[in-house]
Amino acid sequence: MPSIKKPLIPLAAMPTNEIGLTMRDYEGSMSTLCAGCGHDSVTAAIVRALFELSIPPHKVVKLSGIGCSSKTTAYFDSAAHGFNSAHGRMAPIATGANAANRDALYIGISGDGDSLSIGAGHMVHAIRRNVHMVYVIENNGVYGLTKGQFSASADIGSAAKHGKANTVAPIDPVMLALSLGASFVARSFSGDKEQLVPILKAAAQHRGLALIDVISPCVQFNNHNGSTKSYRYVREHELREIEPDFISTGREIVVDLPRDGSVMVAMHDGGLVRFRTLPAEYDPTDREAAMHYVNQAHARGEIPTGLLFVDESVPDVHELNHTSETPLVELPFEELCPGSTELEALQQSFV
Amino acid sequence: MQATDIGDPDYFHRVVECQWACPAHTNVPEYIRLIAQGRYSDAYMVNRDSNVFPGILGRTCDRPCEPACRRERVDGSPVAICRLKRVASDLRDDITDRLPRAPAEKNGKRVACVGTGPASLAVANDLMPLGYQVTIFEAAAEPGGLMRTSIPSFRLPAQVLEEEIGYIVGMGVEVRYDTPVTSLAALCRDGYDAIFIGSGAPKGKDLEIEGRHADPEHVHIGLDWLKSVAFGHIGSIGSRVLVIGVGNTAMDCCRTARRLGGGDVKIMARRPRRFFKASPWELEDAEEEQVEIIVNHAPRRFVTEEGRLVGMEFDVLEWDEEATRSRTVDTVILPCDDVILAIGQENAFPWIERDLGMEFSSDGLPVIDAVTLQTRLPGVFVGGDAAFGPKNIIWAVAHGHEAAISIDNHCRGVPVEERPANRMTLTSQKMGLTEWSYNNDYNPSPRQQMAHVDLAKRFNELRLEVELGFSAEQTMREVQRCLNCDVQPVFQAPLCIECDACIDICPVACLTIAPDTDSEASLRSMLTVAAENLDEALYVSEPLAQTGRIMVKDENLCVHCGLCAERCPTAAWNMEKFDLRLGRAGMGALL
Ligand SMILES: Cc1cc2nc3c(=O)[nH]c(=O)nc-3n(C[C@H](O)[C@H](O)[C@H](O)COP(=O)(O)OP(=O)(O)OC[C@H]3O[C@@H](n4cnc5c(N)ncnc54)[C@H](O)[C@@H]3O)c2cc1C
Ligand SMILES: Cc1ncc(C[n+]2csc(CCOP(=O)(O)OP(=O)(O)O)c2C)c(N)n1
Ligand code: SF4
Ligand code: SF4
Ligand code: SF4
Ligand SMILES: [Mg+2]
Repeated sequence: MPSIKKPLIPLAAMPTNEIGLTMRDYEGSMSTLCAGCGHDSVTAAIVRALFELSIPPHKVVKLSGIGCSSKTTAYFDSAAHGFNSAHGRMAPIATGANAANRDALYIGISGDGDSLSIGAGHMVHAIRRNVHMVYVIENNGVYGLTKGQFSASADIGSAAKHGKANTVAPIDPVMLALSLGASFVARSFSGDKEQLVPILKAAAQHRGLALIDVISPCVQFNNHNGSTKSYRYVREHELREIEPDFISTGREIVVDLPRDGSVMVAMHDGGLVRFRTLPAEYDPTDREAAMHYVNQAHARGEIPTGLLFVDESVPDVHELNHTSETPLVELPFEELCPGSTELEALQQSFV
Repeated sequence: MQATDIGDPDYFHRVVECQWACPAHTNVPEYIRLIAQGRYSDAYMVNRDSNVFPGILGRTCDRPCEPACRRERVDGSPVAICRLKRVASDLRDDITDRLPRAPAEKNGKRVACVGTGPASLAVANDLMPLGYQVTIFEAAAEPGGLMRTSIPSFRLPAQVLEEEIGYIVGMGVEVRYDTPVTSLAALCRDGYDAIFIGSGAPKGKDLEIEGRHADPEHVHIGLDWLKSVAFGHIGSIGSRVLVIGVGNTAMDCCRTARRLGGGDVKIMARRPRRFFKASPWELEDAEEEQVEIIVNHAPRRFVTEEGRLVGMEFDVLEWDEEATRSRTVDTVILPCDDVILAIGQENAFPWIERDLGMEFSSDGLPVIDAVTLQTRLPGVFVGGDAAFGPKNIIWAVAHGHEAAISIDNHCRGVPVEERPANRMTLTSQKMGLTEWSYNNDYNPSPRQQMAHVDLAKRFNELRLEVELGFSAEQTMREVQRCLNCDVQPVFQAPLCIECDACIDICPVACLTIAPDTDSEASLRSMLTVAAENLDEALYVSEPLAQTGRIMVKDENLCVHCGLCAERCPTAAWNMEKFDLRLGRAGMGALL
């Protein structure tokens, strides 16, 4: 941990966003993670995305489980609400919070251990329900916090720091999400903010669950030669073909409509995402094609990154459950709890 | 991009903005840290190494370092560098046994200096330890030049002056007081191996307008008047005084007048305030002493009645935006008892024969080489105000060091152009994983204000020093405002794994890992924060191992907090102290 707090230095050059805040206003407390941990870069990308979207800091809810990755919610947006839950329980807590107050931006941060082992069942159901949230998995192939045991995302053949190679088949969160009917699936790399920040911005404007699998190297336990989740390995194998380009609401939409065969997708909250794809035929709104593409890339030993799939038509948790337009937290008590007479009448209707 | 050559002593020197701006290149951050550690004597010696007169300069320096200070960019006010210099001087122990000493055995070379101003004294300071026999000729009865005769003792107490001059003269310099040099030709015939002219710019300008000579007793030339006050020949002045001029001399004249009985003292300026030559702090000090500053008034004539000065007539001017053109909108007469003319200084070399081959330019200044300070007469050198017109003490000292190098070369038969090289060291400041041998935290304290003696008291006692110096608490706060610009983040490209940790932690966003490019302009525009200050360098690395991109640091923004080095997992960034070893007389032989 640094010896000093990152100082607030009033340099004149600091840019402000639409609500007059600087990037520094979206920071949290000092990180206690290892120096060079990929998770800190993801944190920095989130700070930038929130700043660029001009999101009021208190309109954010940060949720996490247990792990180095799960600690990072403390390191951004200190004015936000937050809940650091039990191991693997980020998703159900997010579901509950989202049910109670649909009018906030939910950012769940989890790890490959947190989401693909102990919390796998919870993650799966949050995806099915299409809970309105940004779901970030900071994926390093190990349990960082508990000293580097392989996680469920470790590739076969990937070597442990002081031990044997992994022999158990990995779970790929991207393929898992696509097969579960997820409405927004992306993969990125902590060392590539140019790609990660626009993906985060698009995810924040998506109307259901936006799953982002961010490969985020553990410098301490999984950044050696032989690891498939090291900085070097990811850089050498990253297939960076599907480039999202997030365009926020407003004037910019009019200009620059795609003429190059790229695809535009209008987001729920009014933003636009433009895809600049290298394989011209790639259609990020075609789930089967996406699955095929990812599979093919994996077979070649490549790591495809980008916003791989998005479908804004999938109903989210609130539509599916016909919940009240007004967030539950804002309903007057009498409406929320109409009393025992009403309850009795309801029970009678079932008889 | 070409990777930055940090082995070039100039590269990091420029980053240490204060040191670069100081004509004598005083190692400011180093002495400030020493003060922070309570090592006042060490801080004094670091100063003395470069600027020779820390006690004098800690009170009077023109401080070109302060406008350059990085802290100014951060919170609008520079570190009080000059005031801290005084702290080092005031709180030092007896340092006499740490002073340079002249060897008992001389090298057989004799050097003559003209004038005991700071320029000549600095020459003697550098040459005496090398075994030279230095003789200084001084027209006045006491040493110090304008530091003694013009700078009033309420700004610079005589004891401070004496002590620091004593350190130099005490090495065995022969000073011949009351001995004006009246002929350079004669001096040359005396067989000195080299001659240094540090005779200053001794002549105050006059104002030849109507009525100038009607009452000469009440119209004074500032420089001469201050000198007379300094030597006790003048002890009073009329109650209404007009001071003409807006430079240092004017400020010292008006403040001195306030102490000698001037109740209504006015500074009369031709142009608007922002075009004044005096420093803002000098104006503040004058105004604190109830001196009125009147702008846009151009002197027209002296008004006398029956041979007695009674006032002065002025044109009231209206200026354009840049104060280049004016028109007269009115004329007024301001009553007064005395007028002090402080409109500038001139050089005068009546004692230098023009047929010796020493060449003078049309403005009356000797023709000299800007680096070696040698005149057209080999072996004759000029420095201080005599060289390029009136400047200040720190420039005179800087000239002294350079002239000493030239003289040493000349006497050893080495071409004067062959300057001893500046050298540098970089020393790691790492003490532990995230621990440094300097305090890297940012301190948000505002610049500390200097306390002054009561007005009533200072008007009563002509020689009472006005500035009280910093208190212990003020010193403690002020030293921590320094950003340690000499402690450099130094980068080793082969170690970097491109994890972005340094970029994410940097509090001022001055780091970027950018695609390599040939154009500095495009590189500047693609940084995390566009690097718009073209005066400040970009620190550019060799291509990085994984992606071939380059690490770029904008020197304009870095606050030397060391967080990049603390967050770097591979110590690709490390904090290293840059120490400049300036080339000095006597070092040439070592190279
Ligand atoms: C009123 C006033 C206030 C100032 N305030 C400041 C200030 O606050 N800070 C600052 O940095 N600078 C200040 N200066 C400027 C500063 O004093 C000079 O720049 C500096 O003293 C120049 O040093 P020097 O060695 O070139 O010569 P000087 O200090 O001018 O010394 C020249 C010496 O040579 C002697 N001399 C001249 N001719 C002969 C001769 N023929 N034979 C023998 N001796 C001779 C003179 O008697 C004098 O002692 C001020 C100047 C004035 C006029
Ligand atoms: C119920 C429970 N079981 C086990 C643990 C021990 N534990 C803490 S963190 C962790 C794994 C974290 O791995 P991951 O989510 O990938 O986070 P990382 O540290 O790698 O970022 C485990 C197993 C726990 N805290 N609680
Ligand atoms: S152990 Fe690994 S995951 Fe945890 S903080 Fe350190 S580098 Fe990051
Ligand atoms: S020392 Fe490092 S972290 Fe601090 S301002 Fe400079 S580059 Fe940024
Ligand atoms: S923290 Fe170190 S390794 Fe990481 S990018 Fe910066 S210099 Fe490179
Ligand atoms: Mg993990």
